[in-house]
Amino acid sequence: MPYVPHTEAEVREMLAAIGVDSIEALFAAIKPTLRPKSFDLPPAKSEMAVTEHLERLAGRNAAGLVSFLGAGVYDHHIPSAVDAIVSRGEFATAYTPYQPEASQGTLQAIFEYQTAVTRLTGLPYANASVYDGGSALFEAMMMAVRATRRTRFVVSESVSPIYRIMLASYTSNLNLTFVTVPHASGATDVEALKAAIDTETAAVIVQNPNFFGAVGDFSELFAHAHGVKALGIVSVNPVMQSVLKTPGEMGADICVAEGQGLGLPMSFGGPYLGVMCASKELVRQMPGRMVGRTVDTKGRTGYVLTLQAREQHIRRQKATSNICSNQALCALRALVHLCLLGEEGLTRTAGLCIERAHYAAKRLTALPGVRLLSEAPFAHEFAVLLPKSAFEVIDKLTAQGYVPGFPLGRYYKGLENGLLVAVTEKRSLQDIGVMAELIGGAL
Amino acid sequence: MIPKDLLYAKTHEWARQEDGEAMVGITHFAQEQLGDLTYVELPEVGQELTAGAEMGSVESVKAASELYSPVTGTVTAVNEELVNNPGLINEDPYGEGWIARVKLSAEPAGLLDAGQYERLIASEVH
Amino acid sequence: MTTPTVFATSRPGREGVWPEAPKKPASEYIDQSLLRAKPAGLPSLSELDVVRHFTELSRKNFGVDGNFYPLGSCTMKYNPKFMERVASLPGFAGLHPVLPQLQGAGRLCQGALEVMHETERMLCEITGMAGFTLHPMAGAHGELTGAMIIAAYHKDKGRKRTKVLCPDSAHGTNPASAALAGFEVVNIASKDGMVDPEALRAAMSEDVAALMMTCPNTLGLFEEHLPEIVKICHEVDALLYYDGANLNAILGKMRVGDAGFDVVHLNLHKTFGTPHGGGGPGAGPVGVAERLTPFLPISRVIKLEDGLFSLDYDYPKSIGYVAPFYGNFGVLLKAFAYILRLGREGLVRVSENAVLAANYLRARIGQFLEVPYDRICMHEFVCTAAKLTEEDGVRALDIAKALLERGVHAPTIYFPLIVKECLMIEPTETENKETLDAFVDTLSDIVSLAEADPTSATEAPRNLPVTRLDETAAARNMVLTDDL
Repeated sequence: MPYVPHTEAEVREMLAAIGVDSIEALFAAIKPTLRPKSFDLPPAKSEMAVTEHLERLAGRNAAGLVSFLGAGVYDHHIPSAVDAIVSRGEFATAYTPYQPEASQGTLQAIFEYQTAVTRLTGLPYANASVYDGGSALFEAMMMAVRATRRTRFVVSESVSPIYRIMLASYTSNLNLTFVTVPHASGATDVEALKAAIDTETAAVIVQNPNFFGAVGDFSELFAHAHGVKALGIVSVNPVMQSVLKTPGEMGADICVAEGQGLGLPMSFGGPYLGVMCASKELVRQMPGRMVGRTVDTKGRTGYVLTLQAREQHIRRQKATSNICSNQALCALRALVHLCLLGEEGLTRTAGLCIERAHYAAKRLTALPGVRLLSEAPFAHEFAVLLPKSAFEVIDKLTAQGYVPGFPLGRYYKGLENGLLVAVTEKRSLQDIGVMAELIGGAL
Repeated sequence: MIPKDLLYAKTHEWARQEDGEAMVGITHFAQEQLGDLTYVELPEVGQELTAGAEMGSVESVKAASELYSPVTGTVTAVNEELVNNPGLINEDPYGEGWIARVKLSAEPAGLLDAGQYERLIASEVH
Repeated sequence: MTTPTVFATSRPGREGVWPEAPKKPASEYIDQSLLRAKPAGLPSLSELDVVRHFTELSRKNFGVDGNFYPLGSCTMKYNPKFMERVASLPGFAGLHPVLPQLQGAGRLCQGALEVMHETERMLCEITGMAGFTLHPMAGAHGELTGAMIIAAYHKDKGRKRTKVLCPDSAHGTNPASAALAGFEVVNIASKDGMVDPEALRAAMSEDVAALMMTCPNTLGLFEEHLPEIVKICHEVDALLYYDGANLNAILGKMRVGDAGFDVVHLNLHKTFGTPHGGGGPGAGPVGVAERLTPFLPISRVIKLEDGLFSLDYDYPKSIGYVAPFYGNFGVLLKAFAYILRLGREGLVRVSENAVLAANYLRARIGQFLEVPYDRICMHEFVCTAAKLTEEDGVRALDIAKALLERGVHAPTIYFPLIVKECLMIEPTETENKETLDAFVDTLSDIVSLAEADPTSATEAPRNLPVTRLDETAAARNMVLTDDL
């Protein structure tokens, strides 16, 4: 049998040492009435056969389309060294670093990851990751509930609708209130958000760039929230954070991000990376693992999991969260990616995306009847209104090998003609030109 | 390590009564069970405490425990030193490691004297 | 040996993997007031600098590839390498997740949808459940999803069920997940290492939404009273939740659905051989009985009459989204490949050999360390160093550190909480007999030495990159980044 090494002779020796005469005797506690009614699975296959089968299935996915899809997941270049490093068995086949002396590699890497993401976001503390950007936003919300002992949330409609559905789903059995403030033609409506915040509000939740790609400054909004002791929570894009004003500069209390753009393949939705950073006052409300620096008995620098008394294995039902496994290897990918690109590489990446997105916007708005949804500044992603259904245009273009963007009507009523276009450094000016021409032809 | 002049809660807090006020803290036994403390969540000055209800929490590396007020009244002072030096509770639980001072609004009730508390911890150990 | 951080070794100006430069700076497109005032301060390193740094860090880690890793409850089995290759095929890794949500574009990702559909179908067959969702991204996330489904089920029946019962031997995630889903948690005391039906009956009422169980339990014992427990719960329609952390013990020997469980989560990174990655990513699919299928998260993958696969969002009673898309697809792919590779017979051999190895270790280790519940165990067992602690002052922690010193990862220690100074040992089916024998000899040697020289035992490990670390100082000082 693959991966089971015991020979028949060894099995007999082991059974003799145990004092039973068959393997089945070891399962005597599972009475006949509890035995499987069926176990109808295919027979074993060779490694080659399984690989070929999966290669065939992979071949039935059109991963090679020229795509301008974003909506929270972005197709950035991943340096080859990321895979080479992260696939090392010492990283990939380790468990959570419960024994620090045997896990200094993972622990130091997480410490460096925490440092890197705090530098990107401008907030001083980070955890070792949660599952994804959406669950990170939920955890941020629960932090605010604990910190403020309030239950009302003011959420901008320009926060990812996918995340907003996740928040609603997660909290349906909890007594929380959401006030959703409409977007203003794609821009985040700061004045309306301010007006919606009251003394019962735990936090205001915004996104930057928002789901439509619009970039804003929420300094005033967060200051207003602080005036009634509510918190400011912002969801950001970590690649764009190399150039955009930071949550720290805006006075946010908690910042979350989907870290996928930092060296993680799109992989049909996961595994991704939930980045979480917070102010000093909120460190103890953070969910999940955190790594701290300390010294060993000889005074040498070392790293350990710390502040564990917040966690489920100690606090049980009173823990800050139920999270146990996080996305450690994804956090390592993000760190290695950030190290390979460095300050200059990440800034260039963001700059290229922004430049090409503006070129794409120029090309698209030159088409008759096409205009930008919002006049707000944007970064790597923007929304246009087409003179006809975006669904139809996308359908037509996919047949020609291009996906021009995401149909906003999927989540926003009234925006059936809205197309959300994301541009990464992997899309050339020529790709953009062809896409614009194809859209022109489809209108 | 069980001072005779204090009153004790079954949840291992102590109270020292003086002129309508009480100093409260956790016992030597409690700090020993928890190990080196790393964090103390203090009540707030002005907060109303009820005997037996939560007033804060303490953490060590491997454990966390809620603090229950042994008395009923209003917090008039908290030991701010504990914020930066929670180890004071380990070093001197009945002195420098005090947690809060409470202006009593009711006579302490249902607390143990030193002898009773000694028997309680003897029964918890075995 | 201390490794400086990447921030300490950064040399501004040193070129890494840079793309071409944009023609104009970002401030040409976005007003300066919306940009950050100062650069982030990411490191500047050459590609080789980066490779060297992380290779050096990797050498400071134990992993299954290099070390025996009998970490109880974590199922640290070998992670077959071909699965990595399968998950990184460009046809999967390069696939954008919203593609099947576009009109008519489901046809562009039939392969991926088939993987999900087939994985669900096989997990149903393995567990005897009626339906599965692949969305939960880890075991605890599966527990939360399960608890949300349970809440939705009772709500739909118009009932107010506020409590979830957990045995005192349960993983900490069980009570934490139930609490996060809005339930009050009630602990049930064990008796002789098992859930006590009398204690359960006493706690059972019309307020109880569910009982969360691990079976075999965290002592590695199969719950003797399982049929009675099922009956007690179902009498008031309290649902039975199965924590799949220990599924490796019963593959092909019991299906939780047949046994009466209503909800189950699986840890694909335990039972189905996907690597743990130093703490994730995992995957925690959730299976449910027929009457709970309407509440599963959306989307769901369906097979249409023409044989094509599609996503369906039209389930009005669904709990909604627990993941942004379809779960940790890259992890699901590996588990799918693992199941296909092992097949029916192979999966049965997994549980048989995992249980064989655990009992072999129990029989041999029981000769020099006390095994408090010394009877046939399942895939893991618990022994205790309590006698050593009392007589020589050597604790389970010291034994764990002494094992590290000898190149073996420590078992899980101080869990479950109901056994003092315990070590929970799970060898898995993939370790050969020489490794198991060497482990017994090493452990026996450590115990003998601890009796002879207790002081020395408390000094381990001496030969790793660091000796024991000051965790109290770490928690007090909170240096969580290079900037603090």
